[in-house]
Amino acid sequence: MNIYLDNAATTKMSQTAIAAMLPYMDGIYGNPSSLHSAGQKANEALTSARERIATLLGCEPREITFTSGGSEADNQAIISAAKLGEEKGKKHIVSTAFEHHAVLHTFEKLKKAGFDITLLDVHENGLITPDQVTDAIRPDTCLVTIMYANNEIGTVQPIAEIGAICRERGVLFHTDAVQAIGHLHINVKEQNIDMLSLSAHKFHGPKGIGVLYARKGIRLTTLIEGGAQERGKRAGTENIPAIMGMVAAMEEACAKIDENAVKLTALRDKLIAGLSEIPHAILNGDEKQRLPGNVSFCFEGIEGESLLLLLDDKGICASSGSACTSGSLDPSHVLLAIGRIHDVAHGSLRLSLSAENTEEEVAYIITAVKEVVEYLRSISPIWRDLVAGKKEFVIK
Amino acid sequence: MALYSEKVMDHFRNPRNVGVIENADGVGEVGNAKCGDIMKIYLKIENDKIADVKFETFGCGSAIASSSMATELIKGKPVSEALALTNKAVVEALDGLPAHKLHCSVLAEEAIKAALKDYYDKNGIEYDRSQFPDCENCEHCCANHT
Repeated sequence: MNIYLDNAATTKMSQTAIAAMLPYMDGIYGNPSSLHSAGQKANEALTSARERIATLLGCEPREITFTSGGSEADNQAIISAAKLGEEKGKKHIVSTAFEHHAVLHTFEKLKKAGFDITLLDVHENGLITPDQVTDAIRPDTCLVTIMYANNEIGTVQPIAEIGAICRERGVLFHTDAVQAIGHLHINVKEQNIDMLSLSAHKFHGPKGIGVLYARKGIRLTTLIEGGAQERGKRAGTENIPAIMGMVAAMEEACAKIDENAVKLTALRDKLIAGLSEIPHAILNGDEKQRLPGNVSFCFEGIEGESLLLLLDDKGICASSGSACTSGSLDPSHVLLAIGRIHDVAHGSLRLSLSAENTEEEVAYIITAVKEVVEYLRSISPIWRDLVAGKKEFVIK
Repeated sequence: MALYSEKVMDHFRNPRNVGVIENADGVGEVGNAKCGDIMKIYLKIENDKIADVKFETFGCGSAIASSSMATELIKGKPVSEALALTNKAVVEALDGLPAHKLHCSVLAEEAIKAALKDYYDKNGIEYDRSQFPDCENCEHCCANHT
């Protein structure tokens, strides 16, 4: 058995995406900035890619900026909005406590420049309410940035409602949609999204390429200087093969959103039901308001890295928000943000499905996780104390 | 997986001396669930030797491997040798640990010392306090905690 269940980390490239890239490594390898015909062929591809991405997002081609991925897009979106705010004396940003570090670490930089950041509390179900956003917006708020779907627990925020509030209050709204694109229907105009980040390798496209959508009229701050590419907003020769692979993967994923959602939701709910049979285990994030392919659990009395290593021995590639897997001593800030205490957050497991996973695999995984959790508990002094009643269970 | 040496993976997959000793002569528990590592060592001591040793660990792969290796290194040895076991010896016996996992080997050393201290205390044996870690005031396992 070799089962890949870490699609929120990265995905296998689709054959369509690979095929779309190859001509641009071999035949059409010109630099889009060159005047000769080889360059102009590459430039035509770039133009068409931008148009195709714009169609998928429901925006105009000029509103698309190609970046190296989701992290760069998040950085550029937030820094641009901060700069625009600063020019008007607005130095307040609203976000949530469980954003990706590409967002949270950018805030650290802005705090040093005198910005005030409000991180909304995330409820235990991993969701925030539009009312929280309304209440947090101040006269000096220049940006609201809230992730579309969470990378660890998969919860999907009410983005259209938040977008409407921000539009009404005249505040820019950015969403990190890295986990959502290709999995959920997104239309930036209909949902009042001013800026959006996406990354190709989360929907079976290549790594190292992404997009920042910014509504016309929002002046972007250039993070990488050195050329006129991307209207001067992002220097560097465009990665045409990766861009072509991304477009192909995105079209393919977006065309299959409904079909895949039905399949993945069924597998996800089977996994959730099976793993819920483990005593003193808890699902992280709302049961329904989550990505079709995301399953996240905490198991009391065990530690996540051991769980991952033993699952890997059984041919299962999974992920954990345990501190030990991150190289830090703190467990996932996402799990802490939804109120899991440290002791429990260390024992977390994330399984993120793709359409390639099968019912047979799901059955195998449930059995494997049950066995490994039971074994690790059998050698855990905490578990012994919990069972003996010397300590109280946190997860009932 | 290249994260750990073969030795670490062997001791993690097939830990030696896992379990509990009923009516142990010394029991030591160190670490903190908040930090994600707890080690508990049980000792049976006869004729000033470690006649038997068992462990239970809540923690990552290297924590389990470090406990297993530490018990192997002291089993059958005189108490004085067990007391002299260093985390460095555990790391060397495991063919190394990644830098951010070294604290696991420190926990193993401290768990054994804590169990020996418990043995001394229970039996009214005099000992040099400076040889034992001051767990009450040590925050090494959560040192970088914010």
